Amino acid sequence: MQDVYIVGIGIHPFGRTDGVSGLQQGANAARAAMADAGLEWPNMQFGFGGSDSAGNADTIVNELGLTGLPFINVKNGCATGGSALIGSWQAIASGAHDVGIAIGFDKHPRGAFNALPTEYSLPEWYGEAGFMVTTQFFAMKLQRYMALHGITATSLGRVAEKAFRNAVHAAHAWRRSPVDIDTILNAQMISDPLTKYMFCSPAEGGVALVLASAKKARELGRDQVRIKAAVVRTRPPGSFEVFAPCMDIKRGGAPTLLASKAAFEMAGIGPQDIDLAQLQDTESGAEIMHMAENGFCADGDQEEWLANGWTNIDGRLPVNTDGGCLACGEPIGASGLRQVYENALQLRGLGGGRQVPGDPRTAYSHVYGAPGISGVTILER
Amino acid sequence: MGVSAIAEGLFRETPEPTLIGGRHRETGRIVFPCPDDAARWEAVDLPRDGTLWSWTVQRFRPKSPPYIGPQDFAPFPIGYVELPGATIVETQLTGVDFDRLTIGMAMALTVISFATDADGNDVRLYAFTPATEG
Repeated sequence: MQDVYIVGIGIHPFGRTDGVSGLQQGANAARAAMADAGLEWPNMQFGFGGSDSAGNADTIVNELGLTGLPFINVKNGCATGGSALIGSWQAIASGAHDVGIAIGFDKHPRGAFNALPTEYSLPEWYGEAGFMVTTQFFAMKLQRYMALHGITATSLGRVAEKAFRNAVHAAHAWRRSPVDIDTILNAQMISDPLTKYMFCSPAEGGVALVLASAKKARELGRDQVRIKAAVVRTRPPGSFEVFAPCMDIKRGGAPTLLASKAAFEMAGIGPQDIDLAQLQDTESGAEIMHMAENGFCADGDQEEWLANGWTNIDGRLPVNTDGGCLACGEPIGASGLRQVYENALQLRGLGGGRQVPGDPRTAYSHVYGAPGISGVTILER
Repeated sequence: MGVSAIAEGLFRETPEPTLIGGRHRETGRIVFPCPDDAARWEAVDLPRDGTLWSWTVQRFRPKSPPYIGPQDFAPFPIGYVELPGATIVETQLTGVDFDRLTIGMAMALTVISFATDADGNDVRLYAFTPATEG
């Protein structure tokens, strides 16, 4: 297997862009990524891409050019972007190609995600009774975690406050105004214990990454950011996932535990070696739980971490440096690649007002979503 | 106007309410509801009493479809209740103030009027309520 480098990064702003389709947002991101690499669409030897609800990614050739390249559609829920990255990484690591592109984009209707029972192999009554609501799952997983490990509502507020504070300096973020913790804690309750500022919202956006072999990266003068690990894992027995009419009393692992362990093994480093991290923050509590599931701290230690600001930009492990899903919103097909975009930007030292100090060399990203899937990447400079 | 369960095979309402789960014929694993696969799963009555495993409050009206609850929405609590020796079931919670909900509290099965269907029937749904003391 040969080393793979990220040689170009591009993003279409997250949030709402009326009049621009999800696919077009993906194409805009692709153009930006290729320009960043000093390449053009005819240079792309392959593509992997996907969206959850904005159409088939391979139709992007209508926007970018009919070069005849192989383009593989990815539809993998919240791991769509991560899976596109893995496909691209393997295409180059295997030696089959020198350069190619991973694209993720989406455009969701306003309001909560509306899932139907039949899409999840569930009986009709489950939706009729009011259980097909993703926010319920996140709230109940968190409610139990807080009770078992002594996590307070104040910590939930601190996570959201940090997200909006970081996003002030991220041009691609959606919600870029600071929100103080009292406003966050006293806002409308959506699903106890989570208020409206503690949940991300369905949104729009596009991200693209150009990947290349070491030889090609050197030619381009872009051999700075290397992919050390890229993995996706599905759920093990006994994990707690969205849309579960029942679960076993004997509790088990979680897809994030599997993905994180595999990624650290692939990279040959451990959590203590990571300089910054982007962790799935569907809601404030998810970031807190994922700090532990990814091995960065013990269950319950997040109280001390957040009280001391250790996940702030200038902390010991900055987390969600661009404001994460809380501030950028959640276009499902694009979020995983946004995290990698942000990490690559930080490792190049181009974070501007949100740049992590101290010349970071390693960056970790983690997505998690329905129906129990997790993707982790580790980058190194 | 009559009475109808939200679905067949989920629960019995009389003489005492009972949830119907499924037991895997080989492994003995118990799930709810009973899968529609009689070759591998047999129906089994689940315990009526359990403890609250986690909870939240549904503060906004879920989208319709699929939700069929009343248009005139009032927030309702939901949770998971651990039924000893069986499984942990997802359920609406009833007859409890939101601020009394506590993980580990004793809960008992009941059946509630949940909605009215197009024919004016009273649609019944299983739920759990705090167990009465003594």
